[in-house]
Amino acid sequence: MQLDDLNAIAEKHRSSRKKIIVRTCMSAGCMSSQADVTKKNLEAEAKAQGLEADVEVRRVGCMGFCGQGPLVGVDQNGEHGLWEFVKPEDAPVIIAALKGAECKLQRGDPKHPFFAKQMHIVRANGGIIDPERIEDYIAIGGYTALHHSLTELQPAQVVEEVTKSGLRGRGGAGFPTGLKWGTVAKSPGPKKYIVCNGDEGDPGAFMDRSVLESDPHLVLEGMAIAAYAVGADQGYLYVRAEYPLAISRLQIAIKQAKALGLLGAGVFETPFNFNVDIRIGAGAFVCGEETALMASVEGKRGTPRPRPPFPAESGLWGCPTLINNVETFANISAIINRGGAWYAGIGTEKSKGTKVFALTGKIKNNGLIEVPMGIPLRQIVMEMGGGAPDGRQVKSVQTGGPSGGCIPADYLDTPVDYESLTKLGSIMGSGGMVVMDDSTNMVEIAKFYMEFCMEESCGKCIPCRAGTVQMFHLLEKITQRKATARDLAKLEELCDMVKNTSLCGLGQTAPNPVVSTLKFFRKEYEELLQPDPFGPNSNGTAKPATK
Amino acid sequence: MIATMTQKKPSRLKAVLEHASGDKRFKILEVHMKKNQFRQDALIEVLHKAQELFGYLEDDLLLFVSHKLKLPPSRVYGVATFYHFFNLKPQGEHTCVVCLGTACYVKGADKIMAAMQEKLKIKSGETTADGKVSLLTARCIGACGIAPAITYDSHVAPKQTPEMALEKIKSWI
Repeated sequence: MQLDDLNAIAEKHRSSRKKIIVRTCMSAGCMSSQADVTKKNLEAEAKAQGLEADVEVRRVGCMGFCGQGPLVGVDQNGEHGLWEFVKPEDAPVIIAALKGAECKLQRGDPKHPFFAKQMHIVRANGGIIDPERIEDYIAIGGYTALHHSLTELQPAQVVEEVTKSGLRGRGGAGFPTGLKWGTVAKSPGPKKYIVCNGDEGDPGAFMDRSVLESDPHLVLEGMAIAAYAVGADQGYLYVRAEYPLAISRLQIAIKQAKALGLLGAGVFETPFNFNVDIRIGAGAFVCGEETALMASVEGKRGTPRPRPPFPAESGLWGCPTLINNVETFANISAIINRGGAWYAGIGTEKSKGTKVFALTGKIKNNGLIEVPMGIPLRQIVMEMGGGAPDGRQVKSVQTGGPSGGCIPADYLDTPVDYESLTKLGSIMGSGGMVVMDDSTNMVEIAKFYMEFCMEESCGKCIPCRAGTVQMFHLLEKITQRKATARDLAKLEELCDMVKNTSLCGLGQTAPNPVVSTLKFFRKEYEELLQPDPFGPNSNGTAKPATK
Repeated sequence: MIATMTQKKPSRLKAVLEHASGDKRFKILEVHMKKNQFRQDALIEVLHKAQELFGYLEDDLLLFVSHKLKLPPSRVYGVATFYHFFNLKPQGEHTCVVCLGTACYVKGADKIMAAMQEKLKIKSGETTADGKVSLLTARCIGACGIAPAITYDSHVAPKQTPEMALEKIKSWI
């Protein structure tokens, strides 16, 4: 495989395209509403209505507007239409509409802020290409960034370009990607590894699932470029077992890329070798932590270990290992193709580029959005999301899952970037954004997250193992109206202790939902408290035992 | 004492291997291990396959895996019990997985769960006495756009209500 061959595939594929393309979303969300049957029906109907020669019914990945799904997109005469809430039996009217017939289905508006305010880099191909056909990816310029890196750039130049872009880790912590790559590249050792963290465990987040399901080659290409830059020849893609569709699409993608010589030995007929294996998770939230994830890749219990040494120096089997999130890798090919400077021009001073968010919860427009960094939260929630449904008010926005916090509605003008969210006691996180309306009880939410952390604590270090249990019981006591001010004080004390003494990120961030709800919604806690029979303001119904 | 220990261990293993020789599924599992070159780091992959074939991971099966991958049984058992995805007990004829991710939770998945528990008279993670239905919870299946979601026998159903869920399991019990 050389560049000419790649271009030939792209050209051949482009020229064989039919006039009209009917795109059926076959991502996990729409699949649950029989999108596969819809696609079959559309194909049969196109044939029945004599449009077989002109119409291609294409399987595509996520189009983003999951709450209005199943979605079917239509590209005809240079225009892009979108049908919402499509059922399998709607196939005849959709095909008839291609010939100008009237169609009563709900039409999506591409000018709606939900779409208009988006900026696509990671999700550029989502909902457009067939994720199970490598030709589709090549036809839109796929794998040219890898070719360019391998043939025209030195590994150090690739690292430099990524550094210049200002890209930061999209898994949540926001470590500068270029710096990480540079550290791994400099670490000595004959064997290095690349790991892609697809263990998207935060409840309420599905960005990585969507990227893997919609555009698996984009992630593989990013990994291959990273491998070249740091000098690795083996990669592992760690995916949750809860994402069977993503796993099967990745398996197909790896097989196709190998068959074309885009992965494996001698990529693009250069001396560069790169193999990727999929590692399937088995349902442990802690495996999203990098050292725990590496233990899991090695087939062990997914328990974290202290850092340093960082994986960049000593990772898988003691070798230098580069570990990045799915979304981070998905940004790479665009950075190489269009330059680090271009990427650095998007976003804010310290947070560059775009970020994909899963906008869910009590909000009118559910779905996946990609927005430039620095966009005010209000635009996302009120304009794109359309605010809370049923005439209710938005009360708070939760970002960062169990490691994040709740941002109250008063702070909706906060720009979405790493620093601003951290300042509010939340985090950027992997991109889950759950909107809560005024019917939501914030103490219950804090308890919900604490229960999550309690069950997901791996049990290795005591502050996390025992602390989360105690905090959960205190929260339960509060919600049952059995707690006093002293219990609340104990809870705050424990939050501080668990945060500062836990071994890994899970424990260190587990108190965040409690701390942030206490900070902004303290009244809700205090309303549930009972008078303390032994406290300073007690009414004297109980006397201290010491008296 | 050492003598009895060394004697006892192979006999259990022998029984397992003998039993395995008559069961096709063990053969398939061994082929899968071979595909992974019997690599010890493929343990989780192997356990996934084993659960797919047998439905759950019983002790003998774990012993078989530990023997074939040349890993101590403690390590195999340790991994099998660490991850939520692996079941050490047989599952019901049907499974119903209620997603309790944040998006599903704020949209009422807790009420669905409560209704199901009351109807089936079991708690989360349990199987009805007649072995018909297992009620499980998931931490987030990534279908937040269509919350609350429930997985009935590996088919994801969108935008569920307690009524819809009870209707669905009616045919199972």
